[in-house]
Amino acid sequence: MCTRRSERLSTRSTTRPTAPWTSGELVRRQAAQEIGTIIYSLGCFPSQKDLHDFIAKVEEDHTGYIHLDKFLPAMTKVLQEHKFPPISEDLLLQAFEALDKEKKDYLDPEELTKYMTQEGEPFTQEEMEEMLTALADHRNQIHYKDVVSQMTIKPDK
Amino acid sequence: MKKCSKVIHSRIVSPCNGSGKCRVSRVKFMARVVFKHAFHLNLKGNLWDCVAAMKAAVLIQRWYRRYIARLEMRRRYTWNIFQSIEYAGEQDQLQLSSFFSFMLDNFTQLNGNGPDLISQLLDPLVDPWLDRETCYNQIHVPESYTGPRLSFPLSVSDTSALLSAFKEQQTLHARYALQLLYETKKLLKQMPNIIHLSTSYIKDITICGDLHGRLDDLLLIFYKNGLPSADTPYVFNGDFVDRGKKSMEVVILLFAYLLLYPDSMHLNRGNHEDHIMNLRYGFTKEVMQKYKTHGHEMLKLFQDIFSLLPVATVIDGKILIVHGGISDQTDLDFLSSIERHKVKSALRFPRHSVGQLDIGQSCRQAKRTRSTDASRPSSSRSQSKNQGTPSLRNRRCGLSRKDSAASNSSSSSSSSSSSLCSPRTPSCLSPRPCPSSPGMPYTINVLQVPFLDSLSSVPAPSPAQHEREWKQIVDILWSDPKTQEGCSPNTFRGGGCYFGPDVTQRLLLRHGLQLLIRSHECKQEGYELCHGGQVITIFSASNYYEEGSNRGAYVKLGRELVPRFYQYQVSRSTRKLTLTQRVRAAEGSALRALKEKLFAHRCELMAGFLQCDQNNTGSVSVSEWAQVLESVLRLDLPWRTLRPHLTRLAPDGSVDYPSCFEDMGPGNPLPQVAPNLAETLFRYRTDIEIIFNIIDKDHSGLISAEEFRHTWRLFSAHLGVDINDRAIDDLARSIDFNKDGSIDFTEFLEAFRVVHKLDSKDQHLSGKMDGEKC
Repeated sequence: MCTRRSERLSTRSTTRPTAPWTSGELVRRQAAQEIGTIIYSLGCFPSQKDLHDFIAKVEEDHTGYIHLDKFLPAMTKVLQEHKFPPISEDLLLQAFEALDKEKKDYLDPEELTKYMTQEGEPFTQEEMEEMLTALADHRNQIHYKDVVSQMTIKPDK
Repeated sequence: MKKCSKVIHSRIVSPCNGSGKCRVSRVKFMARVVFKHAFHLNLKGNLWDCVAAMKAAVLIQRWYRRYIARLEMRRRYTWNIFQSIEYAGEQDQLQLSSFFSFMLDNFTQLNGNGPDLISQLLDPLVDPWLDRETCYNQIHVPESYTGPRLSFPLSVSDTSALLSAFKEQQTLHARYALQLLYETKKLLKQMPNIIHLSTSYIKDITICGDLHGRLDDLLLIFYKNGLPSADTPYVFNGDFVDRGKKSMEVVILLFAYLLLYPDSMHLNRGNHEDHIMNLRYGFTKEVMQKYKTHGHEMLKLFQDIFSLLPVATVIDGKILIVHGGISDQTDLDFLSSIERHKVKSALRFPRHSVGQLDIGQSCRQAKRTRSTDASRPSSSRSQSKNQGTPSLRNRRCGLSRKDSAASNSSSSSSSSSSSLCSPRTPSCLSPRPCPSSPGMPYTINVLQVPFLDSLSSVPAPSPAQHEREWKQIVDILWSDPKTQEGCSPNTFRGGGCYFGPDVTQRLLLRHGLQLLIRSHECKQEGYELCHGGQVITIFSASNYYEEGSNRGAYVKLGRELVPRFYQYQVSRSTRKLTLTQRVRAAEGSALRALKEKLFAHRCELMAGFLQCDQNNTGSVSVSEWAQVLESVLRLDLPWRTLRPHLTRLAPDGSVDYPSCFEDMGPGNPLPQVAPNLAETLFRYRTDIEIIFNIIDKDHSGLISAEEFRHTWRLFSAHLGVDINDRAIDDLARSIDFNKDGSIDFTEFLEAFRVVHKLDSKDQHLSGKMDGEKC
């Protein structure tokens, strides 16, 4: 297929397997994602484990559904207790520095990928790709000092 | 509980909060970690560093996931905004469709200066089933034309030539385009309403959804999946045109492949394969712009072709493919038997016979009734669009003609007698005498037709049989699935139904089917399943609302009939945009559109705010603000989340509501125009443009001041807006810049374009990082 000078059609294609549409597992995973989005948007920084614990508490008996009247009091409590406090810029920098063994002030994509996909609560391939696109500069290096200062969440107005 | 010693905690993790939980769980965690890595620990390396790295990873992952979740939130409400505005726009369209119909029927005769676009379009004298005269052979193609020169019957070299040409932005010469359309029409006439396919001789069938004039998406599908051929069969599920800029190219390619491989290429009709929809959503305009001389003729052919497209495809007797959906009345056997080409448009009842027709008669009548109307002053009425007032009903009634439905003369003696306000079925068919109105010497059989929340009188149209046919087709093309059981009219779109899982189940059972594949709705991932997997929505126009708003997808079925989905996304830039950039771009676009909506309803909104703010302090509570917006705009959006983007807060935390409109301003304000009028003009800019295009027969860009005045009077009466004659006259005079009695309506429309004052700030896509409101 010919490419025009200034336009290139780039694609991302994934083949989805035929999903077991009525599987409870699928529904539950979706619930976890949705709840995570909500909790994150409210200013909290839970880990995946924190999220799963929270969901286990509010979920309706393993159906994968979460009722607002259970969610609201639980969430309010989380907010009042500052249970999943934000990560400060300092802490984040230290984290990156810990990964930067050679102390070169940046990370290579391979380095970051290794840690993000093998350690802690590993990223999926999609998450990793997205992170690299977002953080790597034109030299294909991740200068984490710049990244951190630009991406730290400022308090909501 | 005393705080545990620092030995356990690395310097990275937040200090212990004394809850006691951390010690135990962290010891466990660390033990697991150390064990996991023991065997590949570099013995010279620092165990501590290793553990620190683990913790660092967790932290970074937490932080990043949160960042992505915030983006997701923004992406979601951006999506909500686009979709709500789109559907609200469709409602507008349908509300105005009766006005359009009236315009189409009557206005063309105003000047009586010979054939024009509309009367050609609605040429009732010619049965579309008959062959129109097409003299494509006599069109001269200049030597300088370097585009494809098709030869019929088509061969692979012709389709290759078309592909190359369109990639190079060339336009197919009218002579070949016309022949292509003519041949397509001939072929489609031979096809049944429902196409039955079998997978026994082929490997896989590929099914694509809405394309909406996106050539790039079509080319991408061909690239990824292969060109249509005997081995690569395709079904395209409607909505090939409108909205996108390359509708012409898309249909030419689809039709070319249809002619080349009639057994492997299959096209279903969509709700946009409809000449009235095309008037509003851009296809008509595109054709007229690309083919100035022959556009008229092409549009005539398109009108026929669209109505001749099959309405459904069935694979192996098990999988039903239609564009919109179904209703509880859908009957595939009945659908197979009707004459589908009679349903020209969802917005008009079918013309069922074309015999005796007296255009001159209707023309005279039109003139008489119109002059009657013109002398009647516009009465004031409520602003709400939902109320049909008695005088409005009378007017519509008065404008209709006597329906000699008793005889077999065509009801299209006036098409307005068969036009509907929306594709919805009239609930009552019994004829009633029309309320008497001045100037009408005879009674008329009328219908009470639901028009939004009230009833409007429309003269009785064709008999029940045709109504049933029309409804079957409209349901197929316009319906949407819903999660609740049951079947209800689709008020969102004004046509077709919302059908629940029980309706799906029943239909599938009745006809021995196992799956329904449909399109019609834009989906984030390009496809979506519902009704327990019995319904698949497939949508093939990526970036439909905005760059990055959604993926496109197609579905493949093999002999085992298990669907496999393939997604893609067209990207304009050579560098892949990050999620942040895509979200930001889409969000910016959505917010602009939303702000325009706010501006377009400024007067109503201010009135609402002032009601809550009796003391005129300039602020209301957030709840009140949200309430007013919801009730005036009728868009179901998360207003509180959007609040920071739309308005400022006063120091005490209440909303400073005048700041809603700060960002926007009129382009070139005409001093004589009252704000109320300006706002209405802005709100209906698109529709006014269409009407002007209808009136402007010779495409000069000018209409006479008299035409303008008359149109505007009718239009504003139809909308229920209180504009007195004086204001209109002033407006006409002020727009007639050179005082020669004609109005350049492009300039006129420009005057009512709204300018975003912070445009430069909105557009800037700086770098990859988004430091602001994450």
